[in-house]
This record gives sequence, structure tokens and C-alpha cells, in this order.
Amino acid sequence: MTEAIKIFIPNETSANSVGANLLHQIINKINNDESIKIIRNGSWGAFWLEPFIEIEKDGVRQGVSYRNIDLSHLNTIEEFFLDFESRNPFDINDIDFIKKQNRIVFSRIGNEDPLNIEYYKNTNGYQSLSTAFEIGPQKTINLIKESGLTGRGGAAFPTGIKMQTVFDQDSSLKYLACNADEGDGGTFSDRLIMESDPFALIEGMTIAAYAVGASKGYIYLRSEYPLAKDYLLKAINIASDNHYLGNNIQGSDFNFEIELRIGAGSYVCGEETAMMESIEGRRGLVRSKPPIPAITGLFKKPTLINNVVTLATIPPLLLKDQSNFSKIGSNKSVGTMPFQLSGNIKNGGLIETKFDITLNEIVEDFGSGTQSGEPIHAIQIGGPLGIYLSSTMLNTSLTIESLQELKGSVGHGGIIVFDNSVNMAEQAKFAMEFCVKESCGKCTPCRIGSVRGVEIIERLQKHKTSKEDAILLHDLCETLESTSLCAMGGMTPNPIRSIIKFFPNELIEK
Amino acid sequence: MTLLKEKNYGTPKVTSDNTVTGYIDGIEISVPEGTSIMRAASMVGIDIPSLCASDNLDAFGSCRLCIVDFEGRKGFGYPSSCTSPLNNGMKVITKNNHLESLRKDLLEMYISDHPLDCNTCSSDGDCDLQNQADNHDLLKNNHLLPSKYTFDDSCNHLGADVDSSNPYFNFDTEKCIVCSRCVRACNEVQGTFALSLESRGFESKIKPGISENFFDSECVSCGACVQACPTGSLIEKSVVEKGMPNETVLTTCAYCGVGCSFKAEVKNNDVVRMVPYKDGKANKGHSCIKGRFAWGYAKHQDRIMKPMIRDKITDDWKEVEWEEAIQFTAKRFKDVQSQYGINSIGGITSARTTNEEAYIVQKLIRTAFGNNNVDTCARVCHSPTGYGLKQTFGASAGTQHFESVQSADVIVVIGANPTVGHPVFASQMKKRIRQGAKLIVIDPRKTDIVESPHIKADFHLPILPGSNVPLINAFSHVAVVENLIDHDYIKNRCEEAAFNDWVEFIKDNSNSPEAAEKPTGVKADIIRKAARLYALGDKSAIYYGLGVTEHSQGSTMVMGMANLAMATGNVGFIGAGVNPLRGQNNVQGSCDMGSFPHELPGYRPIEDDIARSVFEKKWNVEIQKEPGLRSVNMFDAAVGGKFKGIYVQGEDFVQSEPNTQHIEAAFQAMECVVIQDLFLTETANFAHVFFPATSFLEKDGTFTNAERRINRVRPVMKPLTGKHEWEITQELAKAMGYEMNFKSSEEILEEIAELTPTFTGVSFKKLDELGSVQWPCNESAPLGTPIMHVDEFVRGKGQFMITDYVPTTEVANRKFPLLLTTGRNLVQYNVGTQTRRTHNNLWANEDVLEIHPADASARGIDSNSLVLLRSRKGETTLKAIVTEKIPAGVVYTTFHNPETGANVVTTENSDWATNCPEYKVTAVEIEPANHRSKWQEKRKIDRNQLEQIINT
Repeated sequence: MTEAIKIFIPNETSANSVGANLLHQIINKINNDESIKIIRNGSWGAFWLEPFIEIEKDGVRQGVSYRNIDLSHLNTIEEFFLDFESRNPFDINDIDFIKKQNRIVFSRIGNEDPLNIEYYKNTNGYQSLSTAFEIGPQKTINLIKESGLTGRGGAAFPTGIKMQTVFDQDSSLKYLACNADEGDGGTFSDRLIMESDPFALIEGMTIAAYAVGASKGYIYLRSEYPLAKDYLLKAINIASDNHYLGNNIQGSDFNFEIELRIGAGSYVCGEETAMMESIEGRRGLVRSKPPIPAITGLFKKPTLINNVVTLATIPPLLLKDQSNFSKIGSNKSVGTMPFQLSGNIKNGGLIETKFDITLNEIVEDFGSGTQSGEPIHAIQIGGPLGIYLSSTMLNTSLTIESLQELKGSVGHGGIIVFDNSVNMAEQAKFAMEFCVKESCGKCTPCRIGSVRGVEIIERLQKHKTSKEDAILLHDLCETLESTSLCAMGGMTPNPIRSIIKFFPNELIEK
Repeated sequence: MTLLKEKNYGTPKVTSDNTVTGYIDGIEISVPEGTSIMRAASMVGIDIPSLCASDNLDAFGSCRLCIVDFEGRKGFGYPSSCTSPLNNGMKVITKNNHLESLRKDLLEMYISDHPLDCNTCSSDGDCDLQNQADNHDLLKNNHLLPSKYTFDDSCNHLGADVDSSNPYFNFDTEKCIVCSRCVRACNEVQGTFALSLESRGFESKIKPGISENFFDSECVSCGACVQACPTGSLIEKSVVEKGMPNETVLTTCAYCGVGCSFKAEVKNNDVVRMVPYKDGKANKGHSCIKGRFAWGYAKHQDRIMKPMIRDKITDDWKEVEWEEAIQFTAKRFKDVQSQYGINSIGGITSARTTNEEAYIVQKLIRTAFGNNNVDTCARVCHSPTGYGLKQTFGASAGTQHFESVQSADVIVVIGANPTVGHPVFASQMKKRIRQGAKLIVIDPRKTDIVESPHIKADFHLPILPGSNVPLINAFSHVAVVENLIDHDYIKNRCEEAAFNDWVEFIKDNSNSPEAAEKPTGVKADIIRKAARLYALGDKSAIYYGLGVTEHSQGSTMVMGMANLAMATGNVGFIGAGVNPLRGQNNVQGSCDMGSFPHELPGYRPIEDDIARSVFEKKWNVEIQKEPGLRSVNMFDAAVGGKFKGIYVQGEDFVQSEPNTQHIEAAFQAMECVVIQDLFLTETANFAHVFFPATSFLEKDGTFTNAERRINRVRPVMKPLTGKHEWEITQELAKAMGYEMNFKSSEEILEEIAELTPTFTGVSFKKLDELGSVQWPCNESAPLGTPIMHVDEFVRGKGQFMITDYVPTTEVANRKFPLLLTTGRNLVQYNVGTQTRRTHNNLWANEDVLEIHPADASARGIDSNSLVLLRSRKGETTLKAIVTEKIPAGVVYTTFHNPETGANVVTTENSDWATNCPEYKVTAVEIEPANHRSKWQEKRKIDRNQLEQIINT
């Protein structure tokens, strides 16, 4: 007996933005055959292919990119199959973009319906939770410490040490907060986990909460991710129904529940203390540290705060053959990093690899160069507060240490490519404008300084050679970096200084 | 001449068992662990620049001026010294070239969005931004130098609106530096949470509400934000009008029993503004709308400046000189005495004047009058406290200081509305509750303290008026029956026999929560839970007010609370106690000064021969051995034709006594009524002599607040009337044949100290040294006594008293089916004599009746309509508001306005032990009305006529 035919149509924000939902509507309508299953899977993270429709037949699975293809003329499902075959379908695991990656954390995205918990369990899902229950909280924390995992949100703090601090606090009530505010433009690694492998995040949160003694978890999700919200709510329900959340998880005496909290359009609420203020129902203002959240966090209780990817890394880390992850890289740059490639690029998407990879490999080998075909002029790494590298710096390694030397940062892993039509002075101004828009307003340098920064750069745009304005910009950057309350103001000078240094005469002319 | 400016340490004081030692610019300092670097630096005389730090507010870290460096610092950013604790061994550098240039840059940023001309700013000379700019070479010729960050088309907030809706202060956005000190002050100090910020980043704007201005918002006008504002953004209108003051006089507020210490900031002997004094032990730098802003009555046009006399009360007033007025009075009093007997005249000391002024009136009566017919307004408010606590503890005053509430675990508020009656203390209490203390509120009304931002009472028991005693007995019943009492405490500190009798009594089912259900209207289950919460608290404190005392069983209830506190071991240490919230600024003082018919100064009984002889010797007279008449008795005797003359210092009986018709009849029957007051009060209508009194701004003496704290009142200006009040009394005594020759109020205090054991250590000098002192203050307690009954009760062992419930005779019936209870609002003070002559009227200029929707709809009454309020005693009309803040069957109003004259409906019922009137229970009926009652119409006409006469 032949197996059922499966048609995979991704349900994911990027794919939907180029018509995946519409395609699904059409194909679903024309399908009258009950034995043909249409599955909304996640995205493989190869965005240039989206909407990437796959068909699995007789044990063979292949896919075709249906970008800019109109199928509204189709009348029957057979017509669709013919159309599909005519477009040279291929196995996505065979293409370099996927093949050359090291998908450990993102191993499941694209494979299946993200809410298929059986699939999750069949691919090592929830094994690590059992391990954690077996070895106990402190040993779990030890494993994470030994693994060398550092935070993937942007600050790269050693995860195990943070967990140990929370564990050591003497409090009957502790919290876990997952920072899903992913505000950097051109980043989507958190989103891909939440939309395409939500159980990975839930299991990661459960293990982390168990390890530190937290009984309540919050996911602080940005409001701009409605599909992620949908998947998370459903996944949380399914997990609860299957006793992976709630009271007495899997028969243990560990209770843990997760509540979703939605943001309201503030980048600075991705800063951990502003995020806590927001969860507590207050204005998203940054809090001073000390005290650190691990000691005095949400509602004044010890709180473990971690990024989505960091938490989703915990289950693969604890798998009995976890040596994969820690064997990669060294120092702070251990394990894999999910770089997110976008901008003026042919092949954009999620690239999970070791840190020690050059910018050239990412942009040329994976990305295939600019979309426009024009030469690359600049690449911004690490989000809106990250530095711009010039086309002469393509052999830069993307380790945390290497970027730190350039006064930059890997951050959350966003890589945005610009061709030679970019105006670097405008980009410098954008750095200040971004700060103006997103500043919480609490501290003087960020609140007022950013406004003045825009004004100074506008003047420089009119008179590149103005020495006074160049000095003013220098002073302003100095004050922002040295006196700001948080990294919003503190790191705004980084992109600007990189433009002055690596793109001479484009902003300031000597 | 300089303004007194208190030191700002930057961040609040911290207590800790551990000490840390660090170095600030090389100077070693040891501080409690958790102290900020800024505060530690301040303690060694290094004032790190700052704009957003204030030592009454938690550190915020907004301005970034206070950044410091320290050895071993990592990273690019400097930490703010206000938010960073000093760690052991830390070596801090507060000033170097880099830090200074960064600070200057930050100031340039502030200045780029700020008006530049300090000369035209009302805050010139009192502005932190101006000072910091000056310190960093950014001020020249009193102008801020244009910022390097200002360009032709720079964004800024110049020219923004000014919110002048509040009558007392302005909010000018243009000068705001978004330091959020105002928001934090409203949150952390006042606890009202009225202010917030709108928007974010450069668009951040301080807002008193979503769309309201200050006046329409939840702001209670306490002035904390104005005080906190470091620039001229929030500023008193009086400073804008009169200019910056240049001299400080430290004095005490004359409104309520909190007794806030104030800096009267003065220019040319005129008060420009009243600013709370940070070192004031009662208020710690906070205030409320009344003390802070409502002092304008002292110079109101209604103020009478010259003595007036008239032969009959139907005659017009005649202005005369002091000599004539005093002689006229003395002669008339003497004539009355010779005709009707020595006991036919008496006097009342004011709870609003100083201790010295009250003492001298009491002395006048016992010497020149020759009798003991002296009383004070405590009669009608806290006299049951006097009786009840004296019986049980041996001393009739509050047991704790206000600070004590910061250590309480369980707080019970019974029959008090602290957020309006003692606002500054309520803020302190709310702070403790936000930290986690539990709260039980016993009040028919859902007062503010029951639920407000970040405050929710664990239990609100809305008992029906008149059911206090069964409620408190039920609490004690639960404590005894469930064995939640403190056996050790009782054994060591209380009389055994009395306790045993009490246990037999209290455990009877007639005192159970089940039995209390019917009279109180509250479920037994809730009563039980609340009782357990109080009894099980480590430190449980009771705070109570007139909702306890102004009842026919007021004294019983006080004793009931004392019983409960003793049984659960909650008297004699910090965080606990039985605390009467004394109302008037000096009611405690006037009681202390022997203003009672049966007691000499220091609460010694008149029948005590030894005590009496001390006074007789000093005063050189024979003092009558028998107690005299209480005020209530004086009025009865007047109606009966036996009491004919009265010297009333600062009290408006006709408005504040219950059963107005009776009081009016009493005054009408007298032949020599002497009123000493600031304005023509309702009682003055019945007076033959009017002595103009002085406001607190003219007085030189002492007030004693609810904590027994004696505070100095210092004059800002000489008496506008030409005479101190004590001088009037002294001259009257002399004219009546008794020689009194005090040369100053200081001398009067010296005599008080000489004759009163609890006051021996008190003097102007000591008060100047210590600021204030809580009595007893004598050899055994030279610095005063914060908490009483510490090792043992004043009477030795505490005495349990049997507290049978005897329901009041004033019950709801078919004719009068609703129960009226009365209270106060925030902006008016008592009968409104002072506050009705200030801008506080803008918030509430009439008394309003609160009625439950069920009762309103049954009577066809809509919110904001006129209603007739009727009791068996009288009637009046006023506006009604329909609200669920009170239970069905209960109505409520205030008594601030003589146009309403709420007391025309209250009755002659009073406390069995002290005659304190039962203001809190009156059977009434409410009906819709379409015109004022007859007496209100008549009063309006009379008043208009009177005002015409006065103003021509």
C-alpha cells in the first residue's frame, strides 16, 4: 500500500509575506483527495526560496520555490503535481546553503508541523528534561557551565554562571523570564524557533526553571510577532495537556507554568531591566544595576533571564551525545551561532555555524553576494547598535573576540548587507534616529544627546568638512558611551565611529 | 539673612547589621552595607554633582551627573554613584578631568533644552540646574551660556504650556528636566501615584493624568512634587508673585495633630511659602495641602484686627481700644458673679492655641474666676481616650511615636480616615503597607485607605454606626477562645484578678462573632479572620479616631481596644500600641495643660490635696476642691439659667457642638459671652465681646502633637492685632483683681515646667537644641519618651475592664430609618474657619451627603441633587451624591460649612463617662428637596447683613 502523499506548505511570517498563505488557500481548495495531507510546516530558514513547497511521496521528499508564481489558474490537485514536477524539485538538505550549516539548535525547523509533539519527541525531544530530572538541578547547571554556552541575546554572558547565581538565592519564589523581544532589524532567529520549533523553547525553559528552582515562567514577546504568539499559545496548551507543563510535570514534583506577555512596540523593552518593568505592568524604563535580576528581578524575586535561542540550546546541550556543541569553537565563542543574513543579498536566511567563520564565507558562500549584483559596500553586524564593516574587511572572523577587537559585537547575530548605493552618512544619522525613537528617556545623554546627534549629523551632511561639528560629534559619542544608563545610549556611538573609521570621508571629510 | 537649606545626602539612609569600609577620594569611611557611594561621599563632605537624587527618594540614575570612577572598574561606562553601593575596600574617585568634562557635557545637553535667562525665572537662586551650571563654568551674569549643542533649528520644549490650574502652584514644562523627582515623590513619599510620564525619549512629558491638568487629576496638592523639583518647573505661585524669600523661621503647622515642622520662608516679614522641614520628627520633610498651602487665612480680609464690644447681642458691634474692651469684660464678669454666684462663669481653652496660651486661660479661671469651670474641645472628640486609657494603662495619651508604624506587621485603622485627617501620617502608614504590612480597616465607609494605588486592605469591615463595642468584643473573644493571647505578657504586666474576670466575661457567647453579626452587619466569618490576623501579628498596632470616641459607648470602646491590645501583648514596644489620632494641632497640649474641670495640669485630679496645694502655693490662691462644669454641663446650666458668662478661646461651639438649637439657646441665655478668635464665627453671633486672636504665624510658644511631641511655634510677624493672646488673658486677670505678670510666653512655659512633673525638662532652650521632645521629659527621661509603657504601664500593671455592650438609644426607626455618620474631607479643616478662607474652597466648598444607590433610588434621589436631611432634632438641606462607598442604611456627610450646619440634626446623646457627643450615630430621613430649609434662608440673609456692616 502506498503511503499518503504529503504536501508541505510553510506557515511562517517570512514565507507568508511572499504568499505562502495564499498558495495554501489555493491548493487546499483544489484538493479533493482525502489521502493527500496538506501540512503547514515551519520554514527551513532559506528565505530566498520561500514560499518553498515540498511534496513527500513514496518516502522521497522534494521541494520547489514558488516565489512570484501564480497558481490561481489551477483547477485540480493533479495539475498542481504536474506544475510541481516541471520545476525541477530538489531535496533541500542537498543544497549548499543548508548542507554547509551545522544545524544543532535549529535542526527541526522546516521539517514538520511545529505543533506536532510526536515528531518533537521522536527527534530527541524531552529526553533532556528526563536527564535533568535524573541528575538534579546542580548537576544540570554544572553541565551547562562546562558546555561554555554564552547568552545568544547579544551580551554573551556565561549562561551557567547566571543560572548558578539564581540557584544560590534563598527564596521560595523564583522566576524565569524568556526575552523574546527580538528588536534588532534583520534578525529572526528567535522568531524561527518560536514559529517553527516552539517545543524546543518550552523544553529549554522547563529545564532551566527546574535547574534554578523557578516555578513560573514568562515569555516576553514583541507585539510585532503575532504568528509566534499563535504558535506559542498552542504549543503551551499541547505541552500542558501532555503533562510537560503545569503541576507534577511527567510525574515529578516539579511544577512550572508559562505565561505569555506581549510587548507594545518598544525596542528598549528588550533590555532585561526594562523588560521586567514592562512585565510588571509599568513603563518600560531601564533599571539601574546593581541589583542584578538574578538576585532581585521580577516582582523583587530572583529571576533568570535568557534569550530564546539560549534557552532552545539547552535541550540539545544536555543530550547524551552533546559533545557536538561544546567541541566547536573556544573561549566565549563556543558552539554554534545562528547568524541571520539579510539586506541586499541574494540568498538571505538563517545560517547556523561555528563562530569562527569569515564574513566572506557568510556573504559569498552562503549568501551568493548582493541581490542587485552591485559590489558590496558595507555590512552591519550585530543589530542597529553594531558596527559597519567595509568591503576590505570581508576576511574578518565572526568570533565574539574578533569583533570586540574592532569595537563591535556579534550581538544577536544579525548581518545586513549594503551595496554601493548606500549613503553611509544617512546610516550614521539612522543610528542616532534609532536612538531618538527608541530611547526610554530616563537618562540625559540618550534622551537629549540622541536628538542633538541627529542634528549634528544633518549639519555634517551639509558640510562634511566642518571641524566644529566633527568635534561635537566626537564629544557627543564620548558622553553617550561613558555616561549612558544602558547599552541603548552606550552603544549608539559604535556604528557611527565605525563609519568614521572604516569609511573615511563619507561622513566626515578631513 | 539666609534661607535655611537642609543637607541633601542624595539617597535614603540604610540600616544594616553589616558595615562596609571604603575610600572616597582617599578619605576612609565606614557605612552600613547598602549605603550608596553618593551618600557615603556626602557624609565626608564631598558633594557629588547631581540633579535627580534626593535623600527622601530611592535612587533613580537619570541625570548621570553623579558618575564616579573606582579602581578596577571594567568597561566603557561610569556607574552613577547614587545607584551604586559602596563595597568593602572600594576606592572611589569622584572628580577628575574626564569626569568633569563629561559632567559639563551633560549639563550642556540639559541647557540645550532649557530657557537661558535665570534673571527672569521665578526660581532664580533656588535652582539646582543653575547651581550645577555655575559650578561648571556654564553660568555668566546669571545667564546660562548658550549650549554648544544648540543650533538654529534645534528641537526643544521652549514655549511649552504652563499648567496653572492648581491655585497654589504652577507646572512649567519648559523648565522640566525629566528627572522624575516629582513622580517619585508622589509615589514614594505621598503614596498617591498621581503623576506619571507620557511618551518616551525626548517626547517624555510629566503628566498628572491621561488628559487632565493638575487640578482635575488625582493630585491631592500635598506639595511634595513642588518641593522635589530641582528647577523652576514646579513652583509655588506665591514665589512667582512675591519673589524668592530670604529668611527662614522654623515653626509648626496649626492644623492637625500630626504637627508638621515647617520652614516658614519669609520676605519682609511676610510669608512667601511654607516648606516642610526635613528634620521635623513628626513629618520628616512632608506635608499636606493644608499646612503647605492653606495659610493665607492669616491675612484674609475677614480677619478682625480690633477688639469689639456690644451691650446686647442684637446691637451692632463697636470697635474699641484694648483697655476699654478688657475693662468692660472684667466688669461684666464680676457683675455676673456677684449676681449669680462664683460658679456662674467659666471658660474654654483652645486646642488651636499654644500650650502657654491654654495654660494661662486655665490659670485665669482657677484664679481670677475662682472656680474650676474650664474645659477644652477634647471634650467632644477624644475625652473617651482620656478616660479609657487612663483606666486601663494609667495614661491618657498616645503610646507611640509616628515612626513606630514603620515596624508594624499588622495595622488596624478603626473609626479614622487618616488620608484626609492626618495625611502626612497616612503617607507614612501607606509606605509601610506597601512594604507588606497587613491592613484591617473598620469603618462603615470605604475610605481611601481601604483601596488606593498599591494599597488594598486585607479586611474592610463596614460595620454599622453604633456597633463598635460588639465588634471589638468579638475580636477579643476570638483571641481568648482560640488561645491566641500572650500568656507571659499578661502574667508579667497585667493585674491577674481583673484579667480573670475579663476572660469569664469575654468568652461568653454573647461576645462571639456570631453574636456581633446582627449589630455590625458583618459576617462572623470575616470578623473571625480579621481578629486572627491581628492576634497573630508579631507587632500589631491599632490606630483610631473619632469613629471610636464620638459614641455613647466611646469610653467603653477605648477600653475594649486596650483590653485586646493587652491580651495579645501589643503595648509597650515599637510597631505596636494603641494610638489615638489626636485631631487638633494642640488638643494634646490643651489637655496636658489641665483644661479640665476635674484635673490640674499634668492630669492630676483636682481633689488631690497635694497636687492642689502645689498650685495654690505658686499661684497664691485657694483653688476649689470640687470639679467644675464640663462644657456640656455649662450649656445645660445656661439653658437652666444658672450659668451666665463664658470666655471662649478659639472654639466655634455653635457650628461644632451637636444639637445646634440647644447650643444656640444656651448662648442666648448668657449675659457675658466673650469670644477670642480670628474671625467672626457662628458663636460670635451670640457674643458681647470679641477679642481678636493671633494666627500661628504670630504666635511664640509650643504645640503638642498626637505623639506627645512638643514642638516650637515661632513668630514670623508681630501680632497683627497688637497683642498676643496670652497678653489678653493676663490683662483680663489683672482687671479682675488677680496679679499676673508674665513677660513672655517663655516664662509661662517655665512655670508649667516648674509645676508639672511630666514637663520639668521642657524649655525653649531645650527645644531649640533638640528640635522637639515627647513628654514625659524630666530627670528620668531627659530626652523625652518616644514609647510609653515600655517596662510597665504608667499605672503599674495594666487593668482589664469589663466592656458590656449597651446599644445606643439612637436607633433607626420607621420615622428615621437611616443612620447618619459624619466625617471630614481633605481640604477643609473641621468647621472650616481657616480653610474656607483659602483657595481650598476650589476643591470642596460645600458639605455633601453620601447615600447608597438602594436608599437613593427608593427615595427618588439622583446624584448631585438637593436633599433634605431630617432628624428628631432638626433639619437642613444639602447636595447628595449617590455612592457605594457606604453600606445601605447609612448616610454620611461632613460638617465643614456653616451653611449646611450638619449639627442641627445631631443629638444630645453622649458618652456615659465623659459626655463626648455621639456625633457618629443619628437616626435620619432623607428626601428630595427643592429649596433650602428655613433656618438656612434666614442665616443667609443675616450673614449678608452682617458682612455689609463689617465691610463698611
